[in-house]
Amino acid sequence: MRSIAIIAAKEIQEGLRNRWVLATTLLLAALALTLTFLGSAPTGNVGVRALDVVIVSLSSLTIFLIPLIALLISHDAIVGEMERGTMLLLLSYPVGRWQVLVGKFVGHLAILAFATVLGYGAAATALALTGAAIDAESWAAFAQMIGSSILLGAVFIAIGYLVSALARDRGTAAGIAVGIWLMLVLIYDMALLGLLVVDQGRAISAGALNALLLLNPTDVYRMLNLAGSVNVSAFSGMSGIADVVALTPSILLVALCAWILLPLTLAAVAFSRREL
Amino acid sequence: MTPTVEIDGVTKRYRSIQAVRDVSFRLPAGETIALVGHNGAGKTTLLKLMLGLIHPTAGGIRVLGENPAAGEFAARRRLGYLPENVAFNAALSGRETLSFYARLKGEPVAKALGLLARVGLEAASARRVGTYSKGMRQRLGLAQALIGAPRVLLLDEPTTGLDPELRVSFYEIVQELRDSGATVVLSSHALTELEERADRVIIMNRGVMVANGSIEALRRIACLPTRIRLTVPDLRPAAIPAWLGPVEGWRQVNGHLLEIDAAAEDKMALLRRATGAGAPVQDVDLIPPTLDDLYAHFLRSQETAP
Repeated sequence: MRSIAIIAAKEIQEGLRNRWVLATTLLLAALALTLTFLGSAPTGNVGVRALDVVIVSLSSLTIFLIPLIALLISHDAIVGEMERGTMLLLLSYPVGRWQVLVGKFVGHLAILAFATVLGYGAAATALALTGAAIDAESWAAFAQMIGSSILLGAVFIAIGYLVSALARDRGTAAGIAVGIWLMLVLIYDMALLGLLVVDQGRAISAGALNALLLLNPTDVYRMLNLAGSVNVSAFSGMSGIADVVALTPSILLVALCAWILLPLTLAAVAFSRREL
Repeated sequence: MTPTVEIDGVTKRYRSIQAVRDVSFRLPAGETIALVGHNGAGKTTLLKLMLGLIHPTAGGIRVLGENPAAGEFAARRRLGYLPENVAFNAALSGRETLSFYARLKGEPVAKALGLLARVGLEAASARRVGTYSKGMRQRLGLAQALIGAPRVLLLDEPTTGLDPELRVSFYEIVQELRDSGATVVLSSHALTELEERADRVIIMNRGVMVANGSIEALRRIACLPTRIRLTVPDLRPAAIPAWLGPVEGWRQVNGHLLEIDAAAEDKMALLRRATGAGAPVQDVDLIPPTLDDLYAHFLRSQETAP
């Protein structure tokens, strides 16, 4: 436990020093503020529930950006340290390989969580300061959005570690990470949509659709946020699918947690088998 | 005294390459051991095996009474390691780096930071490691290896990149640790440097241990000739047998210097004649075989062996 905390603290210290934390927080805050204020310009202010609109736009932002940031910080974690030669020394210390992995995970997740809470929180605070009426329900949905965004980040950090534990060199790891991002964030949904259009509801049942959605963590996140709350789903255009898909928030949460634990466990196994 | 490191019939195979083949030795406490060999002779593999970073394909290893690869870390806390080409995270300062390693070892940070002064890095301790020169990184590497007064110190090519002054202070530190009962393993190419410092030499060649013993013992086994250098004013080769008797393997270096490679059994007789009455010898120098000679000899004898 102590070793994990020490390694996590070092990751955070490094993140602060090489300005990862600063860059990520500023990027998320800037985009969130832009979406909050410019995003509502075309619709005008016609008494819509302001924060719910923000949740919709920030969720869409999260799906693209958070996986990318998470993979950027994590794909290098094992193979990079091995190439630079720092891993050899670290592992000669009284610390297990799984402890190194979990320590890094905690550290990287803390960096991402800090950036998300601060960046997105800035948008919500700015909105509240402009005098928009926000009720408790919207705040709860917003908090859930931030929480699940961090979970989505954790998923992709874990996937990045798995890539890092398996890849032969850093370049390969980076390439595979980009491929995974493209696959899960862009291609998967397009392919799924195409499939549904072609299929016209003949072969793919609602159950199969549920399974297909659970197989992609970004879709799990999307369902959790855009279809979860009644108010939000009305704005997001996800109400149609929300009626068909019988996935409760708790199932979706379990799915996200499984998406964290499975790659992380596999990464630990791959790392422990790796020859130095 | 129980040995601190015990290696029994250890073999390590990486897919098709046999990095270490059936090596056995024991290292006692309070000794400096030189691990000598070409690149790829298996030195680094042996050190990694002692650290438990890799598992042996066959054989058993015990370091401080523990199997280092078993996942128990009690012994590792008493172990110091300096890898070849040591690397650190460039973003942190020397002080932060050393504090991190001290915490990881469960040692008091303040005490560990004292090591920075010992390796001459105190002035640069607040600077980022990325700005350090190779020698400074090497010194930081040495400082981290010394955290917590280790009982076993494994140093892989420790003096590369150190200037002569630091080399001396480095060997002083090694000496001090050895005297306090630590086992110090030095792997190196710089044989002449190790000659006066190592209590024992282990010579590796292509994964096989070809020699293990004190330099004196190795000299006895190798039976290498001792070089005798005689200063003779007005040296005339034709006159040599008259005062030195029948000698093989002599050569004239210049007008007044004669070199003879004398086998161990002829050495005393030769010296008596050279220093006896009537011999025109002004000065005698004896040069025993160096570690370099021994190393070359053992490699040759292994290669000619069936």
